[in-house]
Amino acid sequence: MAQTIVNSKSNKATTNWKVWLGVVPFFLFALLFLFLPSLRLVTASFTAPDGSFTLDNIRQLFTVPVIVNAYKLSIQISAVTAIGGGIFGFLLAYSVTVGGLPKSLRSVLITFSGVASNFAGVPLAFAFVATLGRQGFITHILRDYFGMDVYAAGFNLYSFAGLSLVYMYFQFPLMVLIMAPALDGLKREWREAAENLGASTTQYWLRVAMPVLLPSILGAMILLFGNAFGAYATAYALTGGRIGIVTIQIGAQIRGDVLYNPGLGYAMAIGMVVIMAISLAGYSWLQAKTERWLK
Amino acid sequence: MSFLSRLRKFPFWAWFWFLLGALYFILPLLATFEFSLSWDPAIPFKAYQRSFEDSRFWTSFIASNIFALITIFASIVLVVPTAYWIRLRLPQARRIVEFITLMPFVVPAIILVFGLIRVYSTPFTIPFTDIVFMQPLTQFKLGTNILVIAGYMVLAMPYMYRSVDTGMRTVDILTLTEAAQSLGANWFVIITRVILPNIRSALLSGALLTFAIVVGEVILASFLGVTAFGPYLFLLGQHRAYEPAALSFVSFLLTWFAMGLIQLVTGGQGQAAGAH
Repeated sequence: MAQTIVNSKSNKATTNWKVWLGVVPFFLFALLFLFLPSLRLVTASFTAPDGSFTLDNIRQLFTVPVIVNAYKLSIQISAVTAIGGGIFGFLLAYSVTVGGLPKSLRSVLITFSGVASNFAGVPLAFAFVATLGRQGFITHILRDYFGMDVYAAGFNLYSFAGLSLVYMYFQFPLMVLIMAPALDGLKREWREAAENLGASTTQYWLRVAMPVLLPSILGAMILLFGNAFGAYATAYALTGGRIGIVTIQIGAQIRGDVLYNPGLGYAMAIGMVVIMAISLAGYSWLQAKTERWLK
Repeated sequence: MSFLSRLRKFPFWAWFWFLLGALYFILPLLATFEFSLSWDPAIPFKAYQRSFEDSRFWTSFIASNIFALITIFASIVLVVPTAYWIRLRLPQARRIVEFITLMPFVVPAIILVFGLIRVYSTPFTIPFTDIVFMQPLTQFKLGTNILVIAGYMVLAMPYMYRSVDTGMRTVDILTLTEAAQSLGANWFVIITRVILPNIRSALLSGALLTFAIVVGEVILASFLGVTAFGPYLFLLGQHRAYEPAALSFVSFLLTWFAMGLIQLVTGGQGQAAGAH
């Protein structure tokens, strides 16, 4: 009824297309600054240097060692920090929701997670140099008070392990932010029912809570994977471009044609978009599954 | 309750994980702060003094803040009428618009800037002719500024749209619109005087997230060659030791400030952005 009052000015036939005029600016913006740039990369990656259509660039994504290694490294680092950050973030979210810690710690942790998941890029890299660099705060403490020289033991902040530790700083807080509401969704009745039927705590977690939470945990981890996969500034500021992950290679390609084949650079970007799209689709699918139980 | 049973109730593992998390959060900040103070024991805040004395810091920092303000303003102008219109008259467009607002997760900043450079570094010609009617956007200052702000709007879109849409869910858009219309208000007045004030906490939270994304952003600014705080901090880190630590700590405080305000205005629903 209310709808008809608003619509009453114009008749039905004209509203059908006129009503779409209201969203034209938004679509135009998305077209100009999101779709056109993405589409141009797609067409460019199927274009040979002479301008003809080619599948060669896509094929080379799987054969040129530099590119294959870049994807491997990016996937490894994203997987490690998604799983590590996911588990740690889950345990933290558990401890402040159903783990029995005081309520006040929960809001402290959530606020801190909001800050930390947004604190990334150059300042984060510098913070870790001051912490775990050769002259870092923790490096000194470990050496002077615990007799552990981490650099002599083979640790290096500017390597795979170091970069993973840095990524964890924005990964596990994101997990906390996603999992805390999901853990709140576990109903007290389920636990009571399980206990009444004689289930132990372990049995409750394995047979009741985990099956309900699993899609949401996996979905969140996939989101963390994409989060790390798309990261550029943190890695670049930390290593100055010496670690060959996909985003760094693409950055080098934008600065100057380091692959000696512009089309290959575009193909590399498209490969990345495909991986990001798959992880976002996986996340949405698992999220939809979760909503059946956790409301 | 006996001591033993209280001990058994004590959530040891919960505390363990919580403290471990707290250490992970705090140690890098503590280390950065400690390092930034260690330049000269006689003048503890020397690194901060030096940083704030540098005119390039102020130029880039002010430029980033202006970019943030323009991005926030332009995003509100773009997103609020769209979200409003979809709720009011065009629910069939909801799915596609929501899909578009998720696209920035699929197209990370490094890819976005790649595409923007590729599209806007060639001159605009009148279709089917060679007559140039506009120089490439990447060739002049206003052009790169437009590209950077448009890029920031894309990066902030998921957060801005979601904030605004959540804000509109809690107010009765339809009744407000009808009341305003029956009093003779036009669309501009409805949106600026009726809708915006009703979703101000949602707007503020979207604006602060946008601010947090834009002020430290490096990728778009450095590849498009724009003066901004992110690239400045990066370059400073290449040849300085103490000032970058000081400014990193300052930018942490800024993030903290923005996120703390969001907690205040939304009542504790934290959100995460992603400009890594």
